[in-house]
Amino acid sequence: MVEPLLPQPEPLVVLIADDNASDRLLLSTIVRRQGHTVLSVSNGAEAVALFEAERPQLVLMDALMPVMDGFEAARRIKRMAGEALVPIIFLTSLSESEALVRCLEAGGDDFVAKPYNQVILAAKINAMDRLRRLQDTVLQQRDLIARHNDYLLNEQRVAKAVFDQVAHSGCLSAPNIRYLQSPYALFNGDLLLAAYTPAGNMHVLLGDFTGHGLPAAVGAMPLAEVFYGMTAKGYGVSETLREMNAKLKRILPVDMFCCATLLCVNFNQRQVEVWSGGLPEGYLLHADTDERTPLVSRHLPLGVLDAKRFDDATDVYPLAVGDRVFLISDGVLETSNSDDEMFGSQRLHAVFAANRGSQSLIDEVQRALNVFRGEARDDVSMIEIGFIDPQLLGSRAVTYSDSGALSPLDWSASFEFRASTLKRFNPLPYLLQLLLEVHGLRRQSGKLYSVLSELYSNALEHGVLGLDSALKRDAAGFARYYQERGERLSHLESGFIRVHLQVVSADQGGQSGRLTIRVEDSGDGFDVQRVLALPPVVNELSGRGLRLVRELSEQSRWSEDGRTACVEFFWGALA
Amino acid sequence: MTVISELSADGQQLTILVQGRFDFAMHQDFRNAYEEVANVQRFVVDLRGTQYLDSSALGMLLLLRDHAGGEDAQVRLVNCSPDVNTILTISNFSKLFQIG
Repeated sequence: MVEPLLPQPEPLVVLIADDNASDRLLLSTIVRRQGHTVLSVSNGAEAVALFEAERPQLVLMDALMPVMDGFEAARRIKRMAGEALVPIIFLTSLSESEALVRCLEAGGDDFVAKPYNQVILAAKINAMDRLRRLQDTVLQQRDLIARHNDYLLNEQRVAKAVFDQVAHSGCLSAPNIRYLQSPYALFNGDLLLAAYTPAGNMHVLLGDFTGHGLPAAVGAMPLAEVFYGMTAKGYGVSETLREMNAKLKRILPVDMFCCATLLCVNFNQRQVEVWSGGLPEGYLLHADTDERTPLVSRHLPLGVLDAKRFDDATDVYPLAVGDRVFLISDGVLETSNSDDEMFGSQRLHAVFAANRGSQSLIDEVQRALNVFRGEARDDVSMIEIGFIDPQLLGSRAVTYSDSGALSPLDWSASFEFRASTLKRFNPLPYLLQLLLEVHGLRRQSGKLYSVLSELYSNALEHGVLGLDSALKRDAAGFARYYQERGERLSHLESGFIRVHLQVVSADQGGQSGRLTIRVEDSGDGFDVQRVLALPPVVNELSGRGLRLVRELSEQSRWSEDGRTACVEFFWGALA
Repeated sequence: MTVISELSADGQQLTILVQGRFDFAMHQDFRNAYEEVANVQRFVVDLRGTQYLDSSALGMLLLLRDHAGGEDAQVRLVNCSPDVNTILTISNFSKLFQIG
């Protein structure tokens, strides 16, 4: 820093109060000669009145005066001056220390002894002026900081209000979700989002951006937008992750990224699909055995790798009613006590062990943190997602942004998706978007998407990839099934899935109509008679797909060879 | 907390020794440690004196990697304490950096 030059003494307006006319004249002459403007009065009362009218910057005050003495006048002037420093220098021939102390107690800042020494007087005026200006600067800076802080808080409030609108457009209030998040978590970089897919699955994202304050918050908005947009359109975990990663990579500086866990709870298939990059391990808490499956971070955070190197591989776990998924931000493990010891995962496991399936897990973790640290921390995020009977979830609504006034009512379309496409592209969101252009179908978008995705995954997994769902008879086989699925898909060289859609309106206005979906695959087919005759499964890990299709669609049938499925949906009067 | 950097005799390898808490407060020192040295082929970040590293430190390592050539960067993180290792493991930084 450059050393500031000593400021040139600035001309001041100086008030002189002295009842002795010759002393007053002498002093006025000296002060004026030093370049200042002088106002002079002959007692304390006049000094107070003139101060009020003219607001001089410095006061030279005789102690003993008629009408009102200097002590009282000093007190009043100081009171009027408020926070600004108006230096008062007492002019005194008093020499006993008690009198000098009175001068200072009355608010005086210094004193000069009569008779006046010009050099000392000038030096004292300058010194007092420096103090006066210092005080002025401090006040200005204090006000500036206060103003900036007000602005900042206001901006944060507005930003938070806007963001809350976005964040709460999802389903964090669903009956199977419990969570804890500081109201200003956004400015700690923490992000918690949940939304239903068209098929009634639940997507949940816990994210933690690097850094604090505004930089940590800016990435949240685009991330939330991708999350909600793609979830509502029916994209899966992998596609949504790819898009989120690509977007963050594009917009964030190199040293910023977002640690995140994204998961999809599939209530129909009774499973959860998890991707985790950079967050501490979460847990799948099993209700029946009290065991905990760790959900380990297997990936780099979002926004680090470019699209080509990004890995969207997920883990899939079966779920039973009462099972819970528990996710935490690093604030939980990194909460430290006065000895700089961290809470750590051992203490967390102790809380789990004591919890035994109770609903109050989050409260218990928070209580343990508070006891450990001695006070609450405001950058801790936790979420618990329970697997419950989907009936209890109530309406799993997806919101649409258009009016639906334009509705195509008489058309058909056929698609053939071949091997290289099946490997890396999920056509379902596109097909669903196309179908939901038909206004009458929107009310059953959930059913529609479920059926479409069941048919598509059957065609892909059992047809094209030739996987046997009998593999999914236990938890290990379940994992093997999805591993095998990934491997076969990555080596796929031939095969196809054909989807034929037909929409027919029963009247002019499209008030009622029919949709026919036919899905055909290149696989070996299956023994339709035998499979459809199987009794419904209850606690098995597989075998729900076909039953679901038959329950959710109005009409469903399979070709003799088991390679083509055909389902129908009706709307309006036909339904 | 300090950052000390040392260039090998052949000028090919820069070793950056980080001591103390590796967090945002080190941002400028850490950048200075490598930005002013040209033509370095390999970077080594020695974390023997670091007990703790936070997410902004991870960000700084990404900046170094970017400076060192991104995908082709040769950056090694050595002498990591168990706590530091835990954080690097959770973030899966072993996919970007040689560790050990």
